[in-house]
Amino acid sequence: MISTLRLTGLHARYTLLETMRVPIAVIGAIAFPALAFLFFVVPQRMVAGDPVLATQAVVQMMVFALMANALFGFGISISQARETPWEPYLRTLPAPAAARVLSQVLSTGTIGLVALVPVVVLGATLTEAHTDAGGLLLGLLALAASALPFLFAGFAIGYAMPMKVAIAVVQIVMFGLAFAGGLFLPPALFPDWLDAASRFLPSRQAREAAIQAVQGGEVPWWAWGGLAAWTLALLVLTLVLYRRDEGRRYR
Amino acid sequence: MTSLATATGVTHRYGDVVALHDVDLEIGEAELVGMLGPNGAGKSTLLALLQGLRHPTAGTVRLFGGDPRDAASRLRLGSTPQETALPPTLRVGEVIDFVGGHFVDAPAGRVPTAELAEEFGLTELLRRQTGALSGGQRRRLSVALAFVGRPQLVLLDEPTTGLDVDGRRALWEAIRRQHDAGATIVVTSHYLEEIEALAKRVVVISEGRVVADDTLAAVLARVGSRWVRLSTPDPDRIATLPGVAASVPDGDGVAFSVHDSDAFVRALVASGLPFSQLQVRGATLEEAFLALTERSAA
Repeated sequence: MISTLRLTGLHARYTLLETMRVPIAVIGAIAFPALAFLFFVVPQRMVAGDPVLATQAVVQMMVFALMANALFGFGISISQARETPWEPYLRTLPAPAAARVLSQVLSTGTIGLVALVPVVVLGATLTEAHTDAGGLLLGLLALAASALPFLFAGFAIGYAMPMKVAIAVVQIVMFGLAFAGGLFLPPALFPDWLDAASRFLPSRQAREAAIQAVQGGEVPWWAWGGLAAWTLALLVLTLVLYRRDEGRRYR
Repeated sequence: MTSLATATGVTHRYGDVVALHDVDLEIGEAELVGMLGPNGAGKSTLLALLQGLRHPTAGTVRLFGGDPRDAASRLRLGSTPQETALPPTLRVGEVIDFVGGHFVDAPAGRVPTAELAEEFGLTELLRRQTGALSGGQRRRLSVALAFVGRPQLVLLDEPTTGLDVDGRRALWEAIRRQHDAGATIVVTSHYLEEIEALAKRVVVISEGRVVADDTLAAVLARVGSRWVRLSTPDPDRIATLPGVAASVPDGDGVAFSVHDSDAFVRALVASGLPFSQLQVRGATLEEAFLALTERSAA
């Protein structure tokens, strides 16, 4: 157990070191949500000028930023890594699957959290969004926890398919989850059937959990319950796919 | 003899393609095994099974008595990455520390970076990013990585491909020193010269089967270590002379693979059979394979 944790740290450290040596990849992940917020939220004065709606818009964009970072960061980088010969070499080293999986969570998760900072800063300075220190802290904790299903969804995609397929699947999954989960249009505008269906989606669940953590109020039971179920299911799927994985299969 | 790795009745398929067919192999302590085979013969698949990268379709693979797919079984195993695989932005010292970090809990501990670099001639390169290394330097680093965990069993896949003569000999020396220090080494190659220089035991794989597994001398004797080329109107009768392992048409003549070319020439002259343009030379690897694969198919 201790050695699994130590190996997790070892892999995360060198993965981040590798990423930092090509900083443009990190800058892209950090700039994308900030630009999206700047273009889509800030100019809408009806939203940006209303403290409650603006705060919700900030949280929605943060959920979207973490989801996009997780799906792209994991789905595409893992499927790509599986096609280079370094990854199979790492699998001959005595590191258990859990250490490899957790180290990816640590390294890409770190970049995802850094990507939130510009959205928070823009939200605080250019809109009426506001919260107190407690709300911000609770919100970040809720965001980090609610991002877990997306981390493992990215993993499952990365281990299940080759890179060219993964790029397409990630985009479909990402925009599907974003729209149907109320990250672009608030669920208040949804027809009843879509509102009901979207409660089964991790993006909607993450949105509710994070917004309630920041603004206070009752968290619907299905938000955290659904997130826990998605996390567990996708974690199991990831471990199964990792053990089954033998690199890219040619036919 | 304690066996470090075993394959028992191992078959591996990729879809319809059978890469390995009912292979038995046992690697014992302190051996230096050369694994020979043409591209696509199944060498890499066999190594991948021993490393836990793949799972056999049928049969069992054991590494230090355990399943190679469990990380703990691989604690005393050393492998080389392909030299093109090294992460280009990491420095040489960082790659060594990253891989070495997996072995600090191993019974023997890991080799300190400076000591390993000294052994494989990497001392001057520790601060260099691997993307800036020459092909030969990357090869040396790849092979060095296999030894950083003080492994008991080392699998070297084509360790000297792309090296010049000096680089190849220097690397052979380093591999021999590691073997003398107690490591069991399995080295694959399609250079017969490399296997001759290093290995004591030779395993020849062809079309997914082990076609020879013996001491180096015994395998060379089976292959026919010399080739005699000549022109004759009567090749079939010459092929029945004692000591002829195989015969193949060669241009307008015939080439015979023989164990002892001197004895063969004496027998040929004594037989009174007509011949001309006699040439004697050593067997090349390609011919060795021809002889072995013909025998395995027969």
